[in-house]
Amino acid sequence: MILADSGAESPYPSRMTDTALRHIRNFAIIAHIDHGKSTLADRLIEATGALSNREMTEQVLDTMEIERERGITIKAQTVRLSYKARDGETYALNLMDTPGHVDFAYEVSRSLAACEGSLLVVDASQGVEAQTLANVYQAIEAGHEIVPVLNKIDLPAAEPERVRRQIEDVIGLDTSDAVLISAKTGHNIAGVLEAIVTRLPPPQGDPEAPLKALLVDSWYDAYLGVVILVRVKDGRLARGQKIRMMATGAVHVIEQTGVFSPRMVAAADLGPGEIGYITAGIKTVADCRIGDTITEDRRPAEAPLPGFKPSVPVVWCGLYPVDADDFEKLRESLGRLRLNDASFHYEPETSAALGFGFRCGFLGLLHLEIVQERLAREFGLDLIATAPSVVYRIHRTNGQVADLHNPADMPDGSVIDKIEEPWIKATIMVPDEYLGAVLHLCNERRGQQVDLTYVGNRAMAVYRLPLNEVVFDFYDRLKSVSRGYASFDYQMDGYAESDLVRISILVNAEPVDALAFIAHRSAAETRGRAICQRLKDLIPKQLFKIAIQAAIGGRVIARETIGALAKDVTAKCYGGDISRKRKLLEKQKEGKKRMRQFGKVEIPQSAFLAALKTG
Amino acid sequence: MPPLALYIHWPFCLAKCPYCDFNSHVRERIDAAGFIAALRAELAFEGARLGRRPLGSIFFGGGTPSLMAPADVAALIADARRVFAPRDDLEITLEANPTSVEAGKLADFRAAGVNRLSLGVQSLDPAALAFLGRRHSAGQAIAALESARRIFPRLSFDLIYARPGQTLPAWRAELRAALALAADHLSLYQLTIEPGTAFATAHARGEIVLPEGEEAAALYEATGAEAAGAGLLPYEVSNYARPGAESRHNLAYWRYGDYAGIGPGAHGRLTLRGEIVATRRHRAPEIWAERVGRFGHGSVAETPLSPLERGREMLLMGLRLAEGLDPAGFARRTGRPLAEAIDAEILRQAEAAGYLAWEGGRLVALPAGRLRLDALLAALCR
Ligand SMILES: Nc1nc2c(ncn2[C@@H]2O[C@H](COP(=O)(O)OP(=O)(O)O)[C@@H](O)[C@H]2O)c(=O)[nH]1
Ligand SMILES: C[S@@+](CC[C@H](N)C(=O)[O-])C[C@H]1O[C@@H](n2cnc3c(N)ncnc32)[C@H](O)[C@@H]1O
Ligand code: SF4
Repeated sequence: MILADSGAESPYPSRMTDTALRHIRNFAIIAHIDHGKSTLADRLIEATGALSNREMTEQVLDTMEIERERGITIKAQTVRLSYKARDGETYALNLMDTPGHVDFAYEVSRSLAACEGSLLVVDASQGVEAQTLANVYQAIEAGHEIVPVLNKIDLPAAEPERVRRQIEDVIGLDTSDAVLISAKTGHNIAGVLEAIVTRLPPPQGDPEAPLKALLVDSWYDAYLGVVILVRVKDGRLARGQKIRMMATGAVHVIEQTGVFSPRMVAAADLGPGEIGYITAGIKTVADCRIGDTITEDRRPAEAPLPGFKPSVPVVWCGLYPVDADDFEKLRESLGRLRLNDASFHYEPETSAALGFGFRCGFLGLLHLEIVQERLAREFGLDLIATAPSVVYRIHRTNGQVADLHNPADMPDGSVIDKIEEPWIKATIMVPDEYLGAVLHLCNERRGQQVDLTYVGNRAMAVYRLPLNEVVFDFYDRLKSVSRGYASFDYQMDGYAESDLVRISILVNAEPVDALAFIAHRSAAETRGRAICQRLKDLIPKQLFKIAIQAAIGGRVIARETIGALAKDVTAKCYGGDISRKRKLLEKQKEGKKRMRQFGKVEIPQSAFLAALKTG
Repeated sequence: MPPLALYIHWPFCLAKCPYCDFNSHVRERIDAAGFIAALRAELAFEGARLGRRPLGSIFFGGGTPSLMAPADVAALIADARRVFAPRDDLEITLEANPTSVEAGKLADFRAAGVNRLSLGVQSLDPAALAFLGRRHSAGQAIAALESARRIFPRLSFDLIYARPGQTLPAWRAELRAALALAADHLSLYQLTIEPGTAFATAHARGEIVLPEGEEAAALYEATGAEAAGAGLLPYEVSNYARPGAESRHNLAYWRYGDYAGIGPGAHGRLTLRGEIVATRRHRAPEIWAERVGRFGHGSVAETPLSPLERGREMLLMGLRLAEGLDPAGFARRTGRPLAEAIDAEILRQAEAAGYLAWEGGRLVALPAGRLRLDALLAALCR
């Protein structure tokens, strides 16, 4: 990552990190987006002098361009702060920055597992939001000590007392010692630092025991190869040591150990309680599973740390180059991305409509968007994305069970015994006046209410929903029906059998595989009709009439017709300025380049995604 | 190579019409002598680089060139005749507005050498003239036409139709009255909303609503029928003429021949050193004149066109003509075979749909194709 600027060149060993356990605090900051996590992190770095003013750029920890723009964290990052406390002792405070989005819930849980405590930052003018809840529950599960921090008390709209009560009511945390701060003005940052030292517990661990270190995250660095972020539980990590990944069995020799300050600084070794990095000549992050336990090859630990889960994509979609010649470039780019993101999967796929491309799996919709954006931005690829699909589980009559990533691959109904679909448990918080609309939306999406409670004038609805109903435009719809006031979070909640059908879309009687989708039978007809209508608007008139149909098996459930090219006379005086007219034509052509020839019909690439948006 | 066409732009008008996006400007005072000198300098400049090429036509356009002094028009014509090799039947057109200011000068323009007048009548309906912001009445327009018919061997006039609220019968009646005024050439334009005009603002606000689609098509078809009834044929999408009375100058544009354009904002297509070069003059009259003073010309861009661009331009213009395109001429002029410049599959579909056809070895847009020519071209052109 960008912060890595020292590494190989630094005098080695530059410093020992053998800080006594009681002088270490490992903590995370949990907050809803925009409640001030990054600003607080910046203030802490500033206050402890980890960076000079010159180096201090806003929001030091978010490093990827996309992360910066969207204000989200994708990779776990950490910074080691050196803090001289009021008791006169100097402490090493390791701040772990965690991804904030539900798509990366598992990554969050591993980051939290690397710490003993959390700061719960709540915007005192906004109060508790859905994301706050989801993260705080995870921190509680991880056994964290939690210090509530009420931020933005400089705002006239701040209501610290109301928010205090809210935290007590909803989360059940004692807020009598909550730290009131303004991360913006720097007010009471000292109070936060003291609270970290005095209220969060130090780590525990045995330096003599066999090595056990948690693999928190990993990323690819062009100079160093794969860099692994670790938390040592027992034993020591040192240069030259032969380590073993307990889940994969892979063995490597450590080339370098160090800490983030926040730049990478080499250190002789990492002892229990420490958070830092190692490099070991590893070529791809796919060999470094998040949550894996690193042990010593010579003297392995008996059992790995609990909680390891291989990452499983929950959302899949097809990615195709707009220009068929870019296929190889796409393959290469996906490979490069995967170097740094093992949670993303891809496999080659062909589509009659779109040609050669890849079926790609993601942790969630945000993850999908980020990957798509990076492909466009960092690799200059112009892509067509098909509508995202969840992973269905097909039980065949012959007893076979298989995962289905692509609606186009759905087998014939006669060989299917049953289909299961993934469900989620969603927590939605919304002001009372929009609750009706939100409940209506959830019901419309086959939701099952689990709980409905009030927190002040905000309602908290917990629903079980099929992921399939959420994957597409649920966020958008939720935003619009609540005027942006609803907050939403979810976790996966198992599979359940469902009456699902595949709907094919036919253009001039030919099925367009990239537009096929799976829906609940009760919604099939409405959705089919909506898509035909949408396509009617999205597909420009062509020289001839076009029929658009939606069908289940051989049965047509909806039909629309697009008339031939409309009359559009341009009897105008042009004079000698042909360039202007030519440029107009070239602009029209530019638009056409983004179309896919399908049989004789040209379909704009935007249609592949837009067609499936409902509502 | 067909003879050269020469376009001379006079950028000034008495007032700016609310629909017009031509390079026209209103000035309190005009340094006519200075502008004429600059035009003559540019004429000399083009003459020097083109050599004594055969000259087929001169067109004074605008703006309002009928505001020029006839003596200045005469001087420019004399220059052109000297610099180029004028054909015996040299066509010299001048655009005129039928206001009283200009009407009195018609005979002098004729004496200066103008042999074809193009009169900006725009409408014979008083309400429409007011809507279009014209500074002349229908009566003045008719009077100007009458006298022009006596003075000039060839006469054309412009009308703008498909105006807001214009009904089919109303347009038929107006057009029939116009046809009775017996010109041998008519330019019949549908009102278009051009960005940056007063009408564009009104249109965006919804104050102006134009007939579109089927309605506009019906008006167009009625126009063709009425004109044909009077013996005028649509040799180009919006130009109607008695056979033989076509505007040679405009044909040079549509056939994608060479034309030199001088004066502010004028465009040209010139064969120079084996390439076709697109030329463009600075649009602002004063800056243009200043540049001519400094450099001897006011050209701001001279861009050689690639075979692809030439092909697109020739296709764009050529399919507007009733005579269509001849593949051999196309390949010669653009350096690109016609078959390569168009999408074979679209051509096949367009033929099947009755939009395009081969007639006497030439590719032509049929009436149904003309009605959707822009969209058709976008699909057809590679
Ligand atoms: N008034 C005020 N604004 C703050 C404070 N802390 C953060 N902000 C602003 O709140 C917005 C979100 O802060 P940021 O740290 O990016 O939030 P994050 O999404 O949780 O990382 C930014 O515009 C900050 O400037 C504060 O204490 N007072
Ligand atoms: C160079 S212009 C004007 C010539 C002359 N100054 C006049 O106004 O009569 C040539 C013709 O283009 C037509 N024209 C200009 N703007 C137009 C528009 N927005 N829509 C349709 N025709 C237009 C008018 O018929 C006009 O006579
Ligand atoms: S329409 Fe003619 S008179 Fe009116 S502004 Fe344009 S050029 Fe001038």
